[in-house]
Amino acid sequence: MLTKRIIPCLDVTLDKEGGSVVKGVEFVNLREAGDPVELAKRYNEQRADELVFLDIMASHKGRKTMIDVIERTSDEVFIPLTVGGGIREIEDIDAILRAGADKVSINTSAIKNPLFIEESSGVFGSQCIVVAIDCKRNFSDEGKNYIEVNGKKCWYEVVIYGGRKRMGIDAIWWAEEVQRLGAGEILLTSMNADGTKNGFDIPITRAISERVKIPVIASGGAGTLEHFYEGFKEGKADACLAASIFHFGEYTVGEVKEYLRSRGIPVRT
Amino acid sequence: MIAIIDYGMGNLRSIHNALTKVGGDAVIVSDSRDLSDADGIVIPGVGSFGDAMHNLTPFADRLFDSVDSGTPLLGICIGMQVLFDRSEESDGAGFGLIKGDVVRLPEGVKIPQMGWNELTIRRDTDLLAGIDDGDFFYFVHSYYCVPEDSGIIVATTDYGVDLACVVSKENVHAVQFHPEKSSKKGLRLLENFVEMVK
Repeated sequence: MLTKRIIPCLDVTLDKEGGSVVKGVEFVNLREAGDPVELAKRYNEQRADELVFLDIMASHKGRKTMIDVIERTSDEVFIPLTVGGGIREIEDIDAILRAGADKVSINTSAIKNPLFIEESSGVFGSQCIVVAIDCKRNFSDEGKNYIEVNGKKCWYEVVIYGGRKRMGIDAIWWAEEVQRLGAGEILLTSMNADGTKNGFDIPITRAISERVKIPVIASGGAGTLEHFYEGFKEGKADACLAASIFHFGEYTVGEVKEYLRSRGIPVRT
Repeated sequence: MIAIIDYGMGNLRSIHNALTKVGGDAVIVSDSRDLSDADGIVIPGVGSFGDAMHNLTPFADRLFDSVDSGTPLLGICIGMQVLFDRSEESDGAGFGLIKGDVVRLPEGVKIPQMGWNELTIRRDTDLLAGIDDGDFFYFVHSYYCVPEDSGIIVATTDYGVDLACVVSKENVHAVQFHPEKSSKKGLRLLENFVEMVK
């Protein structure tokens, strides 16, 4: 049986010395707490199913640093690696895959130019192209697909720039559209849940998981073991992504999986 | 020397790293002449069936020569599928080294299959030494292989259908999953292949 995946996410940026560092890591026993490669190895040992690296530097130097991080990680960590952040050109994808990544996650550039999904999946195959969808609840009456959340009807609007810019696009419609254009997977983040530690946004995760045939990764909001269970059971996600819950050492990936297994969710242990 | 055939874009670094890690003398080759010196050949899994066959055609003659002379071959993912006669994914023939078709995953499951699934081992072979029934491997695919001779199936996995995910026919071996992305057990499989080549 295909198992549900647990994916730690590493937000990679530059430290004062210009070295690569993962944001928000607070391990006590790790010699170089924020080193992305060390962290990747650690999560691999904990039986993480994949790793996502997000380039939050958005600069030329940052991109070169990320390539270096991926090259060094893929020398030692033999699980799927996805890289996202600032990917605009076919050449960007080519460089990242050649460094040893298996997939790229595209977000803003897909919204600004949907044909980029078609073009990139045509060149590299759908399996390489993850489309990240960030969305936010909207209670106005101009939506397409309404979902009931806490007794009120809302639609989910696609947003960019960390939720600061609303795009007027219905997230469920957009999920079907990116599937049609050749995306191999959807990385879904609800800004209403992200950073809250109150759990994944179940209504939109479930709505999109039920609507598309491609796998959906739920992201944003994981704070307890129960939240992962809900993401799979109620949200019908194929994978759950989390960052701080792992970076802060609250739970290991292994502990999350052990819990899920005890509740009947199939995981690779 | 183990030749990894470079037939276009994609991640070849991981398979090269993985083979090197388990003691293989792996070289990425983009010129078919280099196959003649190879003691083992890997066709990695990148892209679609049609693109892969298009880009692999220049390698065909030397690939057949190597297989005829007993050189161990390992096809991975699309590199497995191209060994068969044909695929529903694209027009045109595969290499036909293994008789059978490549067909789309059934309705009712998410396509592509993306993630870790477990092996059901049908028979023990050197390729699966140290690998047990129920061990997990990483899959990414929308099509799967149906060999005419089910006797060549070494292991299957369940995804809407019991599909062949490891086949071996003499020196021709193929896996539907990505051993180079399947952590320790994947490395073990590659180590077994490296041992065959020695």
